[in-house]
Amino acid sequence: MTATAVNAPDESMTPVQAGPASEPFIAARAGRSPRYGAKPAQPTSLIILIIAGVLFLLPIAAMVIFSFRSNQGGYTVGHYLDVFNPALEYTYDGLFVGIQNSLGLCVITVAIILVLLLPVMILTELRYPRLRRVLEFVCLLPITIPTVVLVVGFIPVYSVLSQLLGSDAWTLGFAIGVIALPYAYRPIAVNLAGVDVVTLTEAARSLGAGWLPVLWRVVIPNLRRGILAACFITIAVVLGEYTIASFLSRTTFQTALVLIQHSDPYVAVIFSLIALLLAFVLLLAIGRLGAIRPRSKD
Amino acid sequence: MTALASNRGAGVTPRRRGAPSPRRAATGWIGLIPFSVYALLFLGIPAVLAIASGFFTSGGAFTISNFSAFGDPVILKDLVGSLGLSAASAILGAVIGALVCYAMLGMNPEGWLRTIVDSAASVLAQFGGVMLAFAFIATVGNQGLIILILKQVFGENAVSSPIYTVPGLTLVYLYFEIPLMVLTFMPALEALKPAWGEAVATLGGSRWTYWREVGFPILAPAFFGCMILLFANAFSSFATAAALISQGGIWPLDIQRALTSETVVGHENEAGVIALGMIVVMVVLMSAYGVLQRRAARWER
Amino acid sequence: MNKRYLAGAAVLAVAALALTACSGTAGASTNAGSTKTLTLAQAQKATSVADFGGMAGLVAAATKEGHLNVITLPPSWANYGQIIQGFEKKYPGIKINSANPDGSSADEVAAAKAQKGQSTAPDVFDIGTAVMNQNLDLFAPYKVQSWGDIPADYKDADGLWYYDYTGLMSVGYDTKKFPGGVKKIDDLLGADFKNSVAIKGDPTAANEAASAVYMAALQSGGTADDVQPGVDFFQKLKKAGNFLSTLPTQATVASGETPVVIQWSFNNVAWGPAAGSAGNPNWKTVVLPGAGLGSYYNQTINADSPNPAAARLWEEYLYTPAVQNLYLAAGAYPAQLAAMEKAKTVDAATLTKVGAAPKDFVQLTADQATKAATLLSSKWAAAVG
Repeated sequence: MTATAVNAPDESMTPVQAGPASEPFIAARAGRSPRYGAKPAQPTSLIILIIAGVLFLLPIAAMVIFSFRSNQGGYTVGHYLDVFNPALEYTYDGLFVGIQNSLGLCVITVAIILVLLLPVMILTELRYPRLRRVLEFVCLLPITIPTVVLVVGFIPVYSVLSQLLGSDAWTLGFAIGVIALPYAYRPIAVNLAGVDVVTLTEAARSLGAGWLPVLWRVVIPNLRRGILAACFITIAVVLGEYTIASFLSRTTFQTALVLIQHSDPYVAVIFSLIALLLAFVLLLAIGRLGAIRPRSKD
Repeated sequence: MTALASNRGAGVTPRRRGAPSPRRAATGWIGLIPFSVYALLFLGIPAVLAIASGFFTSGGAFTISNFSAFGDPVILKDLVGSLGLSAASAILGAVIGALVCYAMLGMNPEGWLRTIVDSAASVLAQFGGVMLAFAFIATVGNQGLIILILKQVFGENAVSSPIYTVPGLTLVYLYFEIPLMVLTFMPALEALKPAWGEAVATLGGSRWTYWREVGFPILAPAFFGCMILLFANAFSSFATAAALISQGGIWPLDIQRALTSETVVGHENEAGVIALGMIVVMVVLMSAYGVLQRRAARWER
Repeated sequence: MNKRYLAGAAVLAVAALALTACSGTAGASTNAGSTKTLTLAQAQKATSVADFGGMAGLVAAATKEGHLNVITLPPSWANYGQIIQGFEKKYPGIKINSANPDGSSADEVAAAKAQKGQSTAPDVFDIGTAVMNQNLDLFAPYKVQSWGDIPADYKDADGLWYYDYTGLMSVGYDTKKFPGGVKKIDDLLGADFKNSVAIKGDPTAANEAASAVYMAALQSGGTADDVQPGVDFFQKLKKAGNFLSTLPTQATVASGETPVVIQWSFNNVAWGPAAGSAGNPNWKTVVLPGAGLGSYYNQTINADSPNPAAARLWEEYLYTPAVQNLYLAAGAYPAQLAAMEKAKTVDAATLTKVGAAPKDFVQLTADQATKAATLLSSKWAAAVG
């Protein structure tokens, strides 16, 4: 089982090598093939993942338990019913607007990453390898300056920008795109380092492909993992961003959540849990969509 | 500057024979422009403005007196706190994250488990601030689930919560550092070609040989690159810390205090100076990483 | 996949630009028609209701603007949740945007400067005195209709700023955990209070936390001129292991993580039984006997307010007995309390419940506050760090 699994994910070999993977050379001992290569044994994998899973679910479980706690001692579902409490309605308005704005910001920020960052990274890899270090520094810069300080610098830029484009929430996308740069850069860079893009493009070009098909059908599919990871993490950055939105007084999901915290802490915890769940489901859907594609290509 | 000349100067391996013509090289430069404009407008200018504020007094006069902030023992103590916390969470996060990635290698990459772990990692990597602090208070705070259980076992006064000190914050930071590591390091692990595993096995090496001779050296640049990202992430985050150690102890909290204090007003420009300090630390780190990178570069092409 | 994202982003960008063009500028309001309609610039300079042609004209102008931007007003702070809801009910055409509830007074000023000229800039401020005095050029003078009911030393003669409410520094604690209660401040040094006592942040950053230190100073033999005994008290507290560095919130009070909180009385009250199922039913608020410490906050209007009529309507609304009683119900003593008691417009039941306003509480003057701040910035971190 390990033998075939080893060769299945190796997409970096397309289009040079197609078809099913070759069997390993080592003769199998009776009933068991010897393990080699990077993959761990199934039991080891499972143990590590289960321990990690349990540890990470602990704080979430604590939040869930808290949301059921009654302040009289004991437990109640009353807080979940409070979510529909009309007294909190005026904060819900803000929540819906915030969710809308945040989703729009997700689209814009991911677009910035894919349209601005990705081509530059590919270009640098193919043509200007010396600029790689410069690009890395530029992309890591936002994370070295705390957002609180960077916002001070955003103010003049946004005063000019708001005269051109208005003060709506979607204009935050540019600032959040900058904040997301370091996180989006790393998965794509790691993927680029692992895939020999130069050889692939040279091979494709020597077979007569133009630049656009080369990019679209050779480079991008090999970078699919990195691109997908970059998109995931950009969306997470947008959904979790609070400082810039609060400083520029725009309504996003996080700012609306903070407002609710001051009305009812139990409801705030419930909304945070719902937000985590929704983001998780959203990313799961995107991930499955991204995973389905290669099979149709074969 | 033609592409040919840049190739010679780059020290790149002689594999790059088909150098593009000068005409295409000019077209290539154009591709860099949109990103450069964006980076200049939304990163370069704000960064310069933010740091430059450290060189001016609140009245607008140029000065270097703000640098006296580095003589303040509190600022220095907080630097140590910041560095220690970031280093601990980066190293631990990187190691544990790499371990989780390793475990995931054994799973089907197109399967549900991978997608679930990816999505969970994305969501948790940005889960921070007051909610994360509260989640940890509910778990390992003085009245948290785990501490209450421990108190029943070991006695009421034997146990107290670890998360209200700067070193104890590491535990909380790991909660978003490990998912970040998983997200950014996984593509590197997947790039390990199975052919190398087969080659080692054919030559009679054990799995430990594989890891020692092939796996670790190849993964080292990506591993340390991701660790630096983790360090930078921990170094500059402050929302979670503000909720747990509100009395200060790390540099980002000092920056926030300088910028938004209601009691000690007029020190906003110190924030720019401390931010400059943070950038200096990161530049030093990146240079060290660059040296490491060059040594491992022979594996990349 | 790249192309699809490109297309989607392009469509969205076009749509967004179109929408922006349609929505236009939310703040500017020029309208031909009735005689007393003011332009934006004129409304920003209005100093009383008369400039709008009376209350009706003000309400009409504000409704036309349609928005009000407020900042740093958490719903559970001095009943602002109910006050905001009440305003929206009374004037249904005006939508209130509440930004940055966790912010400080410095955040308000920063937002005003950062968003100058934008439609999201804050219209009104509820701001502490220290920060306000440094930024007087940001405010526009305005005198509400009930101007005379505000005592003379509670307001600026020109109408640039006016007190709104004050609380008293109080100790809130969980009666289930501490049935003996807290009678004097030194009780908090006892062994029962291990890992229990929290203040609202860092005194060198937050006014409320600094006021906790000032109160401790007054209770420990210090004066408004010398708050060192307060710093000493917290040092003792830390040494005894009783001081918690976590930031107390309604959630931590409900979960029992911060069983003792020293903060403004109106906040302690808001987190207790008054919050119903969202609060801690065993939470008791006690103002320690002896000299009380208070600090009036101020109301001001942004000189560059994008919704100037709505801003002025908000001030008129705040200085009506109905809303002043709402402040009182939260435990925040409003500026017009004395006048209301005289005119019998104060809600007697609430007054009995909350207790009469203390006749002599200490409020630090600007100089004393600066002196205390200098002391804190040099001594606090060493004492508690």
